[in-house]
Amino acid sequence: MDDLLLTLVLTFDAALRVSTPLILASMAGLFAERSGIVDIGLEGKMLASAFAAASAATVLGSPWIGLMAGVIVSCGLSMLHGFATITHKGDQIVSGVAINILAAGMSIILGLAWFGQGGLTPTLTYDQRFHSLSLPGIDIMDNIPLIGTIYRELISGHNVLVYLAFIIVPIVWWVVYRTRFGLRLRAVGENPKAVDTAGLSVTKLRYKALLVGGILCGIAGAYLSIAHNAQFTRDMTAGQGFIALAALIFGKWKPYTVLSACLLFGFLDAVAVRLQGVVIPGIGEIPVQLIESTPYLLTVILLAGFIGKAVPPKSVGVPYIKEL
Amino acid sequence: MNRDTRINWINRLILPVLNVLTAFAATAIIFVIIGVDPIEAAEILLYGAFGYQEGLGYTLYYATNFIFTGLAVAVAFNAGLFNIGGEGQAYIGGLGTALIIFAIDPNTSAWIFIPASILGGLLFGALWALVPAYLQAYRGSHIVITTIMFNFLASSLMVYMLVNVLREPGNMSPESQLFPQNSWFPFIHDLSTNFGFVMEESPLNVSLFVALFFAVIVWILIWHTRLGYSLRATGLNSEAAIYAGIKPKRIILITMCISGALAGLVGINELVGYQHRIIMDFHFGYGFGGIAVALMGRNHPIGIIIAALLFGVLYQGGAELAFELSNISRDIVVVMQGLIILFCGALQYMYKPWVINALAPIQKES
Repeated sequence: MDDLLLTLVLTFDAALRVSTPLILASMAGLFAERSGIVDIGLEGKMLASAFAAASAATVLGSPWIGLMAGVIVSCGLSMLHGFATITHKGDQIVSGVAINILAAGMSIILGLAWFGQGGLTPTLTYDQRFHSLSLPGIDIMDNIPLIGTIYRELISGHNVLVYLAFIIVPIVWWVVYRTRFGLRLRAVGENPKAVDTAGLSVTKLRYKALLVGGILCGIAGAYLSIAHNAQFTRDMTAGQGFIALAALIFGKWKPYTVLSACLLFGFLDAVAVRLQGVVIPGIGEIPVQLIESTPYLLTVILLAGFIGKAVPPKSVGVPYIKEL
Repeated sequence: MNRDTRINWINRLILPVLNVLTAFAATAIIFVIIGVDPIEAAEILLYGAFGYQEGLGYTLYYATNFIFTGLAVAVAFNAGLFNIGGEGQAYIGGLGTALIIFAIDPNTSAWIFIPASILGGLLFGALWALVPAYLQAYRGSHIVITTIMFNFLASSLMVYMLVNVLREPGNMSPESQLFPQNSWFPFIHDLSTNFGFVMEESPLNVSLFVALFFAVIVWILIWHTRLGYSLRATGLNSEAAIYAGIKPKRIILITMCISGALAGLVGINELVGYQHRIIMDFHFGYGFGGIAVALMGRNHPIGIIIAALLFGVLYQGGAELAFELSNISRDIVVVMQGLIILFCGALQYMYKPWVINALAPIQKES
């Protein structure tokens, strides 16, 4: 019984770690898409940020500087996306694809030129990355059965970015639903013309939304290379930007439901790792690939309208052309 | 020149050339940043791609893949659809090809094998595009998102198939047994020997002719058939198309199937033409490359063939570059792809106001 509990708690623990970049990236996507800009470049921005963070951390020796570098690079790519799609009214999907491909190529080319290790960054030392924090009171809590285990294994022992991700969700909710910026953001995604008529700049609002997205996406990427892992490796995002996008759709562009989707997808991933090669009585061995692909399958099924309906912001994907 | 033809010329010729030049200039800057002389790099690249027969063979071999995926993306673009799923369709198309080849008796003549393997690729590629197409047409879900999801689903499915089903017994790496020899597409260097020319060996095979054949078919289909007309009408204005008696939903289904089918042919060049077995990730990068090729080739088969050739040059020349210079890898080609998609796609009208201004005085004089 205790063993089962521990396994369960450890699986949830792993799920939290895997969910963190998904949460951050999907919140980034939420800002972009709520403002009317499709952001399939999440993957590329995360990857570029992961590379920048690891490079800066290894050269300058501090994870905080690494985090900053990641955020700056990710914001830069966000602004490029804005320049192409807002200023020049280019296709948002094409621009996103370009960002993804550019990030995939540049991270390797620059890594090779700077560090000469086949595109990897050097492994970070202890001081150069974020570490797990022990929350206070573990010893006291340990005396309480169940809760003690949960507190020690599940709640305590994560790095600062994991906690940040979970704190950010209510903040995002508050910004989107309770502030003037949030109201305008939602309005510009639904009906930019109305926003324009009210005398607000659609362009500025969308750039702002992309910038916020850039910051969050940058944190997500930095988490991968300087907190969850200790170096940048080739294509280390491995589709997580797209899973975040799927979570955003699955969560219907609402912060808390998106969070649940991220946790679900993170949990599936943790389960897939646990179930590798395990034979379940009566069912046999479940192919890991099946569990791995569940987020994509679920999203497709949702999009097909079989479980609820995912209605995107009305004007998402449409460049706003002001009438002359 | 009246105003319309002038705009037409700007859109068709001046802007694309400027955009491609910008992408090249940006690449040159990246070369300088990483400490490689761009001129020297260009020389190595061109030598690798054209300098000797084997290099040229590789160039055309890579170009073949890009023709298939470029056509796939272009057909969808012409109907106003963005098929970002070429990657998955190519992968699953290869599966179809392999399954059909293994299903046929190994002693069957090549004349049966060749059309059958092509058909397998077409069919499976089309099927993999059909579901996203159906969801777009009848359930209102966005094709870009569903095709992205299908890329990942394809990848998971193929890992499962290669590891658990198709893997050759006793082989540690996830690849199937060799295809029966009768099914192999002839290499160009073997064919040329039959005609008395001796050529250096390269993976170039008759798939190139299949690709060119399909380029012609696509050209006829889109610009010279009723279906092509409906397809373009749907792309330009699907609501107006309804009043012309066109059913956009059906057109979406048909277009996506054609698009997926074309992408599904990457497998014949890679697998039947060269590897002679199905392997992991043989399709990698060609689906996304097809987007760059279609954008650069302005969605027209002739443009696509030229752009595919350029990408073939980049792929093969990039390999040469990585071989010659230690501080650069083949990923520089990926960077160029990204830049081309950025400047020829997302920023394609960036120079337009500037060009129109620059041409205004000439206009007044004439």
